[in-house]
Amino acid sequence: MENNRAEVIIVGAGPAGVSAATVLARAGKKVLLIDRADKAGDKNMFGGCIYAKQTAEIFPQFWQSAPVERSVTEQKIVMLTDYDSTQYSYRYSSKGSYKAFTVIRSKWDNWCVKEAQKAGAYFAPKTLVKELLIENGKVVGVKTQFENYYADIVIIADGVNSLLAKQIGLRKEFNDEDLTINVKEVIKLHPERLQDRFQLDENQGCAVRILGGPLKDIFAMGFLYTNKDTVSIGLGVSLDELKKKKIPIYEMLEELKSHPSIAPYIKDGEVIEYSAHMIPEGSFNNIPKVYDNRVMVIGDAAGFVNNIHLEGTNLAMLSGRLAAETAIFAIEKGDFSASTLSLYYQKLKNSIIIKDLRTHNNTVKFMKKHIKTLTGLLPEIACDFFEVLSSADEIPKRAKYRRLVSKILRSGLILKMIPFAFFAMEKCIKR
Amino acid sequence: MNINDKLATLKYNKSNESHLSADNDICMRCHDKPCTYICPAQVYSWDEEKCILHIRYENCLECGACKVACPKKNIIWKYPEPEYGVKFKNG
Ligand SMILES: Cc1cc2nc3c(=O)[nH]c(=O)nc-3n(C[C@H](O)[C@H](O)[C@H](O)COP(=O)(O)OP(=O)(O)OC[C@H]3O[C@@H](n4cnc5c(N)ncnc54)[C@H](O)[C@@H]3O)c2cc1C
Ligand code: SF4
Ligand code: SF4
Repeated sequence: MENNRAEVIIVGAGPAGVSAATVLARAGKKVLLIDRADKAGDKNMFGGCIYAKQTAEIFPQFWQSAPVERSVTEQKIVMLTDYDSTQYSYRYSSKGSYKAFTVIRSKWDNWCVKEAQKAGAYFAPKTLVKELLIENGKVVGVKTQFENYYADIVIIADGVNSLLAKQIGLRKEFNDEDLTINVKEVIKLHPERLQDRFQLDENQGCAVRILGGPLKDIFAMGFLYTNKDTVSIGLGVSLDELKKKKIPIYEMLEELKSHPSIAPYIKDGEVIEYSAHMIPEGSFNNIPKVYDNRVMVIGDAAGFVNNIHLEGTNLAMLSGRLAAETAIFAIEKGDFSASTLSLYYQKLKNSIIIKDLRTHNNTVKFMKKHIKTLTGLLPEIACDFFEVLSSADEIPKRAKYRRLVSKILRSGLILKMIPFAFFAMEKCIKR
Repeated sequence: MNINDKLATLKYNKSNESHLSADNDICMRCHDKPCTYICPAQVYSWDEEKCILHIRYENCLECGACKVACPKKNIIWKYPEPEYGVKFKNG
């Protein structure tokens, strides 16, 4: 890189950073993408799956050459009680149009970076940005453990902890209640065994959300994804509730794994990796200032996550593209001021990022308030219903119906569901 | 599977220098010591006898939860120098 100068420097080669780098490089801009990992992806973890449509906007037909694990063809919700469960599954055919793919970040992120390089981006791995360089109150580049690099625009894509956005006061530290801490284990299973267990064809995969059981009464959710020859199982819990509960998260994971309805999925599998990472809650009110003179913030660093729909990588990639388009406009205009870069925020506002975060601004708060209904009562009543349906014994059916109905009435479930109905209605009509 | 077995699945390049530190005097006055149960890698432990917070930084997963959860904002939190720290092969 000549004189350590680029037109745009991007810090962080996660989905947000690679997307921005690729779009800029394709437009012929000189872009330097920096990551602290030895190889892109080596510091990252997620659930998880990437979403086909939005990923293909950056990398068309990526599934033909990218290291994807399985095409997600089933979404499942498992509601646990202490010993039992009800499971709700939505299966769809993936013919022709893919919805999502499970991926492993060390492979996936690395592939994405190679695509950005093919488009012409420079990539500097093993490079830690220690701080942003400021001159006359404006960001002019980055300081790394080796050298300083300079650019007209710096795009901050350094993830949920974003030390850099905090350095220049664009963002504050998130609070306990604005973050979840997540852990996961990757468990090896022979592909055929895995396919049998989850009733999948070759290349098909499933994504599972798990509520209740050992995770009842707190804002926590389990997840399970099938990869080629591994299962990713984990859970996330909000920091404020974990602090109150005082149970280490790895012990909660053990409880989840040993639940009678979960254990058979991972039986005899070998745990090959444990990992942890935080997720920002992603509400409109928590969006920091995402641009200033010569600088923009994208992805998790800006809190762009939709926790309800488990969307993060897609919003990261979309925000990366919008920031890149803004940078291209600014470079062509030769003006890197905050007022020019405010175009980025306009684009965010017109996109699903701000629209969806606005829609879900209060959703996590609402769920926390009603968490006992959602993760305790609802799973229990659902199991009770199936128990009545499936138990053949000497008790007359009418007595069983009465018992169930009286339990439902006593539990106040119907009253407790009313706020949910209003809440759902509000989500449809409020703008 | 206990936490040590979980951590044993990971690849680390261990640095001789800690990227984490806390002012022990402040820890002495910290009531709940949430770092000791929030951390997914059990990096922090409180030695009752010596009144010292042990920081097994070499097990850190670099998630950042401790710096947020510490009620006294007492943790100086940095990323390890490049090439050091944890490596996720299946993240
Ligand atoms: C348990 C879990 C499950 C998830 N499941 C899903 C899912 O199923 N689907 C989905 O779409 N999303 C999911 N997400 C969210 C998704 O992973 C994130 O939203 C997404 O990775 C954000 O991308 P990003 O590029 O903004 O940040 P990151 O992916 O965090 O990338 C940031 C990059 O910056 C680098 N970096 C940081 N600081 C510096 C520095 N100072 N110098 C150099 N480099 C630096 C890091 O090494 C890293 O590569 C999940 C997240 C978690 C934790
Ligand atoms: S939470 Fe903070 S102040 Fe309390 S013991 Fe841990 S590091 Fe010290
Ligand atoms: S960053 Fe995460 S893993 Fe490392 S010490 Fe803090 S809480 Fe533990």
